[in-house]
Amino acid sequence: MLDLSGIEAGYGETQVLYGLNLSAQQGRVLAILGRNGAGKSTTLKTIMGLLPLKSGQITFDGKPMPERPFDVAKTGIAYVPETRDIFPSLSVRENLELAAKRFKGGPGGWTMDRVVDLFPRLGERMDNGGTQLSGGEQQMLAIARALLMNPRLLILDEPTEGLAPIIVKLIHDKLLDLKRAGLSMIIVEQNFGFATSLADDVAVVGKGQVVWTGSAAEIRANEEVQHTWLGV
Amino acid sequence: MDLGFWTLQALNALQLSMLLFLLSIGLTVIFGLMHFVNLAHGSLYALGAYFGASLAATGGYWTGFFLAPVAVMAVGLVLYTLLIRRMRKSGPMAQVLVTFGLIFALLDLTRIVWGDLGLPMNAPEILSGRVAFLGVEYPAYRLFVVALGLGVFAALAYVLSRTQIGAMIRAGVDNDAMAACLGINVERLFFIVFCVGCALAGLAGTVAAPLLSVTPDMGLHILIPTLIVIVVGGLGSLKGAIAGSLIYGFVQTFGAVLAPQLASMLIYGFLAAVLVIKPAGLFPAKG
Repeated sequence: MLDLSGIEAGYGETQVLYGLNLSAQQGRVLAILGRNGAGKSTTLKTIMGLLPLKSGQITFDGKPMPERPFDVAKTGIAYVPETRDIFPSLSVRENLELAAKRFKGGPGGWTMDRVVDLFPRLGERMDNGGTQLSGGEQQMLAIARALLMNPRLLILDEPTEGLAPIIVKLIHDKLLDLKRAGLSMIIVEQNFGFATSLADDVAVVGKGQVVWTGSAAEIRANEEVQHTWLGV
Repeated sequence: MDLGFWTLQALNALQLSMLLFLLSIGLTVIFGLMHFVNLAHGSLYALGAYFGASLAATGGYWTGFFLAPVAVMAVGLVLYTLLIRRMRKSGPMAQVLVTFGLIFALLDLTRIVWGDLGLPMNAPEILSGRVAFLGVEYPAYRLFVVALGLGVFAALAYVLSRTQIGAMIRAGVDNDAMAACLGINVERLFFIVFCVGCALAGLAGTVAAPLLSVTPDMGLHILIPTLIVIVVGGLGSLKGAIAGSLIYGFVQTFGAVLAPQLASMLIYGFLAAVLVIKPAGLFPAKG
């Protein structure tokens, strides 16, 4: 579905990715694991067109990925950034409508009502400002907003960061529901247990390259990879 | 100092505020949305005054009033295509230098076309009289400027807070990268905002023309007050632009009559105080 080959990218003069190869399959969940600074978030930002591609190729369904983020969004990729990036000047409803009106009737069939069914808490806070929400509510809003884009691929960067265990459990269960419904996902995550219980496939990134790939069951059994590349 | 004095000065302050608001709203939203510093915004105001005065001389006031903003928008379109679009990624220093240079280029251009002498423009017949208002006789045209500013404020407030394009603009000002990830063409949004900003600068110039004399350097003189307005008000927000304009108008007007010897530095003192207490301005778009 999504293929990255020989990706070199980074922030300005600082190169982070050195010939990274990665592949995400339709209908499956890929977890990208690795230590801080390994290049996980950089990989996601490069996919989204938020960082320029210095060399290498990204293809989505066999077609070259467009360069600009708003074109990437139109190909059917939704992105939940690490910082959630709720628009503070917009209410919860406006944050959601921004995506809902633009991608109405897409293949996922997501509507305002359906995301409120998924996260009832958002329904109670529709008219609140985006930043009046707790961290957990902001994460729900970011995921709901991404779903309203009716994506074919959902990309999540550190969805559990800074959240209370009970919210982590809730986000986990909701993502599991989405997986069962057949949504393709890429998840970057520090929380090893969270990631491997959701993922089908795992790619471990170290020093700007993919250093190991395998199934979630394989990495759970492979203490050497865990120790060397994840410090688990 | 009776009630009439206060009313008169308040109206003067309000009228200055509304002119500044028409100018600063475009500049602040362009800055907030695209982090683009367009110092030549004041020159577009001057062009608006010249276009207005020239058009009014041939076709009457209202011809100038309606067509000058369109003409200024056309100039903005040319500037955008030739210069600004290319400067988008080049950083604030290059943008400041280029648009500062543009001020002088446009200033000389107006000198070549219209000459150095001030150009007159008359208020329309229907607004040339005085109106009794809260115990004072006040020029109808100045009241018209106040009403126009308030009308534009109300219209922009409606668009920004109640429409989808308004939500897109606010989202773009908050976080342009995330807005783009939601499929919003931020560049096209910027272009629309830029055009509207230019038209409003042109409108400000046209309505100011009958109040001031139209001279080549009027764009340069208005630049500093406009920058003070957006810095005091906070970048990128409508609330900031209106608050900053009102503060500037009232501090400047009342300063000039109550403490003439301090008037020229009063607003700078106020600016410094705001920057110390709230470095991002009173109502910045990015909270």
